[in-house]
Amino acid sequence: MSIIHKHQNEGESLLSIRTAEEETLIVALTGRLSLETIAPILPEIKNLLEAKQPSRLTLNLGGLTFMDSAGALTLLRIEDEAREKSIPFSIIDMSEEAKDLMQLIDRQALTLAPLNPSERRVGLIAEIGEQSIRLLEDIQKVLTFSGILIAEIISSLRHPRTVRWGDTINYMKKVGVDGLPILGLISFLLGLIMAFMSSLQLKQFGANIYVASLVGLAMVRELGPIITAVLVAGRSGSAFAAEIGTMKVNEEVDALITMGFDPVKFLAIPKVFAAMFVVPLLTLFSDLFAIFGGLLVGVMGLDITVFTYLKQTASSFRAFDVLTGVIKSMVFAVEIAGIGCHRGFEVRGGTEAVGNAATSAVVSSLFLIIVTDSTFAIILNYIR
Amino acid sequence: MTEGNKTVLRDREAVIKVEDLTVRYGENTILDKVSLEVFQGEVLVVAGGSGCGKSTLLKHIIGLARPLAGRIWINGVDITEAEDEQLAEVRKKMGVLFQSSALFGSMNLSENIILPLLTFTDLPSETINLIMKMKLGMVGLAGYENHFPDELSGGMQKRAGIARAIVMDPQILFFDEPSASLDPITAAGIDNLILNINHGMGTTMVIVTHELQSIFTVAQRIILLDKSKKGIIAEGTPLELKEHSTDPLVRKFFNREAA
Repeated sequence: MSIIHKHQNEGESLLSIRTAEEETLIVALTGRLSLETIAPILPEIKNLLEAKQPSRLTLNLGGLTFMDSAGALTLLRIEDEAREKSIPFSIIDMSEEAKDLMQLIDRQALTLAPLNPSERRVGLIAEIGEQSIRLLEDIQKVLTFSGILIAEIISSLRHPRTVRWGDTINYMKKVGVDGLPILGLISFLLGLIMAFMSSLQLKQFGANIYVASLVGLAMVRELGPIITAVLVAGRSGSAFAAEIGTMKVNEEVDALITMGFDPVKFLAIPKVFAAMFVVPLLTLFSDLFAIFGGLLVGVMGLDITVFTYLKQTASSFRAFDVLTGVIKSMVFAVEIAGIGCHRGFEVRGGTEAVGNAATSAVVSSLFLIIVTDSTFAIILNYIR
Repeated sequence: MTEGNKTVLRDREAVIKVEDLTVRYGENTILDKVSLEVFQGEVLVVAGGSGCGKSTLLKHIIGLARPLAGRIWINGVDITEAEDEQLAEVRKKMGVLFQSSALFGSMNLSENIILPLLTFTDLPSETINLIMKMKLGMVGLAGYENHFPDELSGGMQKRAGIARAIVMDPQILFFDEPSASLDPITAAGIDNLILNINHGMGTTMVIVTHELQSIFTVAQRIILLDKSKKGIIAEGTPLELKEHSTDPLVRKFFNREAA
């Protein structure tokens, strides 16, 4: 009779393996048989079964001091291994507690195929097709929501008492007042950088004064509305989507519907109106801060007086340019708030969907801002 | 099979010891000098009306909040003073079923369950997969590994939450309102599951609930908290308290009388 002892590190399971005369392999497990110690046991027993080809396998659990469910699973796997090799298997000296634990394991569950198979993999063409269909569906939903939103805006303008003005003022503060410091800083630096970079070129031709025109015109016509819209999309569009999305997840939107409220009117209109009122103002502030940034470079670096710089700035654009910038920013505001609310209403499922809605709101807003800006550029080109 | 006796309560080592725990939110005292012990392998129910501090007590015991005063020992480690690493080690021996189940919505059940195994063990993926299947089988969700939490009913989510909580075979399991918002049949199923796990795995259990039916089904011992007293008003087996307590607050709780 040969006896093999495998001593392992302290705290790990100890395998003491004994081969009996009648070719019965008796494996004695001692110590802890747990999640931390099971890893080497099954491979070792597999090797032993291969090497010794015993006529019977017996596990002696008398020396076990602790066994968890992972240990119990290991015993079942050893049994399966023996059965596969047609070796009769038995366990001896199993404590009552270990038996209780073994009873907790549903053996059928270990081999049961998933009821819901993993997501099928589709080919590239099918993937492109599915994505295209999803895109078209999304465009359709956005258009539908836009129609509903425009109808609600018109209805609210005709019946202003139905608008929740308290909420509107609250959102005006969130979108406008709270966003002003960061917008001011970014616009100021943008004006400063534009003036500095353009001055490097214009200086060579003695055309320093045109730095003021460049900054003023660029900001009022294009960059002011765009930088404001991008910032509002990032700050507020995503927040609107997350807020309404969370309300969807918590069934608060359903509660509103059952109480007889129109969720678009109740939740979206105050946000859209707030954005419509404050984004044009923010745009004007953005223009102003950028002009101050340019002024700083003009006065400090180009020896232009404050009066000359401002006079040149004022002469570079017309009131019409300011007005179109403001109108453009109002359209951006409706798009940002509208798409933010729409993405929020589209949320299905859990918290991850809320995050996706916020991201999607920003991406869609940026896309719409660029498309709208291009459209305005073409139209205004003919009007001017 | 555990390192301890499962039948005698008081002779056993206390795995959780709370001493003079005081919790205050602003001026509002929630718990005032609460002390208790939980013994190896027992099922302790912490009960009481809404706002009595049950969940607050649980949050402090599992180390999610630090108390204003008092000490909490888990397996001899004072978690009120413990460093983050020490606390993380203590938490590895704990499993928690939150009231909302708190399954990760972006992961399917399989991914939810195997997360700790992948992070804290070096087991081969085949073994990890089998452990996951075994745990799902234990909670009666065999075959549901590819389902996402939002595809499951409330009761199934609770079961999945339990499967995740027991995946590392914790020494102590905490349940926050395990049968809240479940129908009586589903709630009874969860209660049976709790009893089976306690019997099969010998896990110490602390259950926060106010469901009388659950209390009588699972509790070996009950601690009753009360809002007005800001602490424990009674302790014993559910039957002892229901039949023999003379405290009007205790009688009110068991007789479901309005405050």
